[in-house]
Amino acid sequence: MQRRRVVVTGLGVVTSLSRQVDDLWQRICRGESGIGPITVFDASQFPVRFAGEVRNWSTEGYLSNKEARRLDRFCQFAMVAGIDAVRDAGIDFQQCDSYRCGVIVGSGIGGLNEIETQHERLLTKGPERVSAFTIPKLMVNAAAGQLSIHFGLRGPNAAVASACASASHAIGEAFQAIRYGEAEVMLTGGSEAALTPMGIAGFAQMRALSERNDEPTRASRPFDKDRDGFVLAEGAAVLVLEELEFARARGARIYAELAGYGASADAGHITQPDQSGQGPSHAMLRAIQDAGVAPEQMDYINAHGTATPLGDVAETNAIKRVFGQHAYRLNVSSTKSQLGHLLGASGAVEAVLTVLAIHHQTVPPTINLETPDPDCDLNYTPLEPVKRPVRVAMSNSFGFGGHNASLVFRALET
Amino acid sequence: MDSIEEKVKDIIAQELDAPRDQINDSTHFINDLGADSLDMVELVMRLEEEFGVHVPEDATDKIQTVGEAIEYIKQHAGS
Repeated sequence: MQRRRVVVTGLGVVTSLSRQVDDLWQRICRGESGIGPITVFDASQFPVRFAGEVRNWSTEGYLSNKEARRLDRFCQFAMVAGIDAVRDAGIDFQQCDSYRCGVIVGSGIGGLNEIETQHERLLTKGPERVSAFTIPKLMVNAAAGQLSIHFGLRGPNAAVASACASASHAIGEAFQAIRYGEAEVMLTGGSEAALTPMGIAGFAQMRALSERNDEPTRASRPFDKDRDGFVLAEGAAVLVLEELEFARARGARIYAELAGYGASADAGHITQPDQSGQGPSHAMLRAIQDAGVAPEQMDYINAHGTATPLGDVAETNAIKRVFGQHAYRLNVSSTKSQLGHLLGASGAVEAVLTVLAIHHQTVPPTINLETPDPDCDLNYTPLEPVKRPVRVAMSNSFGFGGHNASLVFRALET
Repeated sequence: MDSIEEKVKDIIAQELDAPRDQINDSTHFINDLGADSLDMVELVMRLEEEFGVHVPEDATDKIQTVGEAIEYIKQHAGS
């Protein structure tokens, strides 16, 4: 089967650090942190009282009040990121065959805010006081559906749920849809708004979260010896993917090529990563082979790097398995150090940052990496960004359930 | 206008995100204000809460205009 080439032409983000792509990139490279005290609910009785929260959220200028009320926070994030990405791509869907344009957006959890709000009403007021919008708001595919409605896109449309790998899987599936001729244009990415009492309590009870309440901006410490878990964050990112010739024909600005996608499962434990790194190494290897690049060509890996004690070692081992000695020559970084962990949106935000690393020929830093861990001995680009050729770069995402997804981007060869 | 009428129109304006001055007794929820079946469930639920009335499902289906909603509430509120 003939494989078509796929490029990234539009980016949109909603994060704790910024809602604008250029501004986000600059802040990431300056080493700013988006982590702070939780204000969306009273967390004073919780063991974890900080997160990567999207402050002062508003959909003004994007959605009418009525539209916004029908969407859970996670879906609002996706809509705003999607509208910005389309604007950035400069694409006019009126000029496209709507059946050749689709949407695949991931989320780990979906409308958790809505679930909690309506469950409270159910218990306190009874079944006849539960909102009629409960189901269309909470469903994990709401973002993909709403984006298709907003833009009138009738091509392939679905949500992907693989916990923290959701967005990377979504992007991979959207990539395949274009590559194998099902669509010319795909909106893809991920969205998450699990910063709720249940979200924080649930992850905290797993002992998955950092409890560094006194120093929120220093809490997300991927690959650092003193890391103590991830920092929960919320937000979304959407990328516009297009078939190369389609993008060229309309004179689109091309950020980078999406060249490879690899996926695998640990088939081990539902939450604990395999220390050998075997599962993720298979996804990485498949992505590299799929992209048709040699391991030695890899310049940068945007790591999953959540800052859990076990996960960072497993990923380090996985990278070594795939790249051998080259693992020590390429740059790795975890932008979760600035943003925290956006769960099912993390792969989308990190895909955006990986694309920008190629676009700007700069590797963003891992902040808070102050004390090296002997078990994590790669070049994680600590504290300062590095100017270097970035022609081929990979973004990794691993999710509870043992899901692994890797995406390989490359500078477009002209 | 009495206060029930005022209040019902305020709620409709809020729930359906419609300009308050365009809402009169003959305004049709679906044709004029673009409401769908989910909006109608929400609206009726809100009116039930505000006025302490219970609107059974078959009555909900018959309430299609602002005037019909006001009339129903006037007949059933406080009863």
